[in-house]
Amino acid sequence: MSTTLSIEHLTIGLPQGADRPFAVEDVSMSIEKGEILCVVGESGSGKSMTANALMGLLPPGVSVKAGRAMFEARDVLRLPEAEKQALRGASTAMIFQEPMTALNPLMRIGDQIAEVFAAHDRFTQSERREKALALIREVQLPDPEKIIRAYPFQLSGGQRQRAMIAMALALEPKLLIADEPTTALDVTTQAQILKLILDLREKRGMAVMFITHDFGVVAEIADRVIVMREGRVVERGAAAEVLGNPQHEYTKRLLDAIPTGTLPDARQLSATPALEIKGLRKIYRTGGGLFKPVREVRAVDDVSLTVARGEVLGLVGESGSGKSTLGRTAVRLVTPDGGQVLVGGTDLAALSDEDLRKQRHKVQMVFQDPYASLNPRQRIMGAITDGPITRGIPRKEAEARARELLEIVGLGADAASRFPHEFSGGQRQRIGIARALAMDPELIIADEAVSALDVSIQAQVLDLLRELREKLELSILFITHDLRVAAQLCDRIAVMQKGKLVEIGTVHEIFLSPQQDYTRQLLAAVPGADWEQQRTASA
Amino acid sequence: MSMWKRFSSNIGAMVGVLLLLTVIFIAIFAPLLFSHDPWQMVQRPFLAPFTMQALPLGTDTLGRDVAAQLAYGARVSLLVGLVSTLVALLIGVPLGALAGFYGGYVDEGAMRFTEFFQTIPNFALAIVLVAIFEPTLASITLAIAIVSWPPVARLVRAEVMSVRKREFVDAATLAGLSKPRILVRQVLPNTVSPIIVMASLMVATAILLESSLSFLGLGDPNAMSWGYMIGAARTVIRSSWWLSFFPGIAIVITVLALNLIGEGLNDALNPHLSRKGKA
Amino acid sequence: MTALIATLSRVVKAAATLLAIAVLNFFLLHAAPGDPAVVLAGEAGAADEQMIEQLRERFGLDQPFYVQLGKYVGGIVQGDLGYSFRQGAPVIDLIAERLPATLLLTLTAFVISLSCGIALGVAAAARVGKVSDSLLTTLALLFYATPLYWLALMAVLVFSVWLGWLPGFGYETVGSAYSGFARALDILKHLILPALTLGLFFMAVYMRMTRASMLEVSTADFVKTAKAKGLSGPVIRRRHILRNAILPVVTLAGLQAGQLVGGAVLTETVFAWPGIGRLMFESLAARDYNTILGVFLVSAAMVILFNIVTDIVYRIVDPRIGARS
Repeated sequence: MSTTLSIEHLTIGLPQGADRPFAVEDVSMSIEKGEILCVVGESGSGKSMTANALMGLLPPGVSVKAGRAMFEARDVLRLPEAEKQALRGASTAMIFQEPMTALNPLMRIGDQIAEVFAAHDRFTQSERREKALALIREVQLPDPEKIIRAYPFQLSGGQRQRAMIAMALALEPKLLIADEPTTALDVTTQAQILKLILDLREKRGMAVMFITHDFGVVAEIADRVIVMREGRVVERGAAAEVLGNPQHEYTKRLLDAIPTGTLPDARQLSATPALEIKGLRKIYRTGGGLFKPVREVRAVDDVSLTVARGEVLGLVGESGSGKSTLGRTAVRLVTPDGGQVLVGGTDLAALSDEDLRKQRHKVQMVFQDPYASLNPRQRIMGAITDGPITRGIPRKEAEARARELLEIVGLGADAASRFPHEFSGGQRQRIGIARALAMDPELIIADEAVSALDVSIQAQVLDLLRELREKLELSILFITHDLRVAAQLCDRIAVMQKGKLVEIGTVHEIFLSPQQDYTRQLLAAVPGADWEQQRTASA
Repeated sequence: MSMWKRFSSNIGAMVGVLLLLTVIFIAIFAPLLFSHDPWQMVQRPFLAPFTMQALPLGTDTLGRDVAAQLAYGARVSLLVGLVSTLVALLIGVPLGALAGFYGGYVDEGAMRFTEFFQTIPNFALAIVLVAIFEPTLASITLAIAIVSWPPVARLVRAEVMSVRKREFVDAATLAGLSKPRILVRQVLPNTVSPIIVMASLMVATAILLESSLSFLGLGDPNAMSWGYMIGAARTVIRSSWWLSFFPGIAIVITVLALNLIGEGLNDALNPHLSRKGKA
Repeated sequence: MTALIATLSRVVKAAATLLAIAVLNFFLLHAAPGDPAVVLAGEAGAADEQMIEQLRERFGLDQPFYVQLGKYVGGIVQGDLGYSFRQGAPVIDLIAERLPATLLLTLTAFVISLSCGIALGVAAAARVGKVSDSLLTTLALLFYATPLYWLALMAVLVFSVWLGWLPGFGYETVGSAYSGFARALDILKHLILPALTLGLFFMAVYMRMTRASMLEVSTADFVKTAKAKGLSGPVIRRRHILRNAILPVVTLAGLQAGQLVGGAVLTETVFAWPGIGRLMFESLAARDYNTILGVFLVSAAMVILFNIVTDIVYRIVDPRIGARS
């Protein structure tokens, strides 16, 4: 094998006023021909900066301070701009995280692919079209003749990422840099894209630098692994070695923090229901103007389920499955078109607005986005006590309780007098949990409550929820797209697809003997599923 | 804190503040700076500027002190600009907030109404209103407010719609707060920055509108204004250019100052543009 | 099909807007202080008792309010904008005679300001932070703060009175017997100053907007993709940034059309340009309300026309409109 790229002692400086002087400090790595190197790290580890530096795409103010990157016997960091440009798209190519925004919305897919040839002065007009068609076929997009004329908004997220890959492969680059290319995709789509990248590597023998935060993905595709933290490499080695026998503390912590397939012991569940959903339906209608036809989407289609007192029920599904709509309907942020939502005997779905307001405290929610779920102009105390005070609890009492709850979620009582921007994402999720608890709810709905967090923070919040479940006998409807997370915390799991409830059962039933095809598909798509099984077995 | 720091480190904005303070100072102390009335004849007509120390900017067609007229004109410009902007906010903010927050038919109705007013050429409507209701400071101010509120309503609606979608509003709903309370206490405070920026730019536009109306002879006949001065001197521009020139400069300086302040506020309140450099 | 439906709903909306303005006009006439009949006659001095009686009858001023409204709006629908006693002619004829001059002026100003504004905005964005960018943005800021009519006056003073390069008055040389090409050239010479002064303010507006929009779009993900493909800076700017950046500018241009048409009143007044704006100014002194309101209605119709044009442009640039059903 020959070395495609070798980075030596790379240091990248951040502009003044940033939280640290260097984005990347003294980083070395090399990638062999035909090899997939995974660069793993949490947000702020410098993994994306390294990739951008190689492509000459560093944002303004950020610059390479030291080191070199040898590619085709040249230091790509020091090339004149014109030569860097000639290299980009031809010898090195890159795909990005957000397929929704990475394509020009006003240009046809075919033109965007053909543009790569034009940029490097290759082929004639008609040849370019033929080549684009061939590429679209190669990345297995359906109906290439149609796709070539389509605009990005007419494609799904997975299809756009395929189009991006087609574009990147156009001139048969020797090095493909993939920056979290599957993070924004559903698990089943992610599995397909990972397989596509593996296949293409096989066929073309290119080197791939694959950046990710997900060790599951690493287990799926990596030959070798580099773990980065705060701009430095903390561990490197063959994939099996790093995953199976991590040496550095940080790697161990990261691996431990990954929700494993280890199934918790089954608990005895109470017979009293905290939440009963019966025949719930929600239909969204779009269009329907003067001349537009009405389109119907059955977001929740005749779903019935029960959450027992003290139980954590996981609600799992891909985007568009209706799981979030179900959650929002259960707290009546969305009014259902039919069916019942019974909480402690009251049908929330049938209440008038005024009665509903008095019953709101019974079901509370913990939200997904830690940065949007707190009012930036309101102190934490206000955020937590607004509800209880509206309910008629005296201010003094509500404030005392708020301080107590802030202690319980591990922030300390003095957090109350501060504003949201003073807290990190994980801390904000704790505040969100305290806010929900302050209402003494019979049920908490957690809507992707840990999805936006880094793995190690995710693990801490999950620990907190587990602890609260024991201490306070909480009933939780835990909505997530991530089966691994659900397995960690939940007693039972419900699987949704296209608005329908596909399957519901205990965690053991769902994981060990799934009854439905779709559930099996989901389980198979979980990245690193095989590896986790080995891990669980050896543990 | 850092907002003021960002604002005060913006040279353009500070120049704007300085210019505006000067204009405000002159407007407030006009009676002290000039012993005579701006309507009073003090010298022979058409006295060229820089010829008499007591009358640095010369006299107009009726022998009135141009400098004094400028000082008193500043009062009208600032007053009309400020009050009409406040009135426009009083119309636009509630309308936009209700449309953006409640959506549905409320939004549909409010936006049709706003679009209608936006389609009407605003200066032409202002002319019609002032012409029909007789030119007074009150009618001019009201007319300017009536033609200026639609952009406010659109801005507030868009802001409210984006804030409304954020999860803390759902949290407030789940806390059992009433809708009006959520709108006033949770949503509106988060829309204040862009409204402030727009308001500062609206004062500038209002001053331009007022001067244009006065130029056409639709000013309050009892108030000296810059637009009136230019309009009255229009026919003698060949012989006495300075009569049109100085009031125009006064308008440019005042409007420019307000625009500079508005831009400075925009940069200081929406720092995402300056933050881009960081990783 | 979708384009047809969009056009159709556009036309319906435009008709509704004009109808609403007609109703507004009616209320404005009645809100004016004094006897509506006298108001209608204007202070032309020509309004004798008999004429006022005639007016009362014609507009049904002794009849219930809604009948009056119906008669007034019905008249407007049939193209009857009332009679100007001051000028001794139907308002619609006065406007029809003057409209071409205004259309020529506003369209020229619109095209100049939009094309030059976008071009300068692109140029400034490409040189962001450099001296030429600062110079352009400062100039734009200055024109943005300058009253239109004052700029027009100063232009007359400098280019017409002092330098004598261009005519500063009227639509064509009075008393000349030019025809054909010579006449067109003569009109063009007269058009330059009014169109430029009317357009400069809006050019500043569009330039600032284009610059800001270009800078914002240049941070979009797809621009990074374009760079990663190996495209050169100019190609990225032209093919990827500009097309996306221009959309908000087109929207703004549509919204600003009203101001442009309103601004024509000032420009035409200064340059004695024989358009409907000048007609409005002349009617102000005479309190010829019928003519004022007629011009008002027609200028609103012009704004709607401008809006339809920008709407078509937007549809051409953005494939998502229309395709999204």
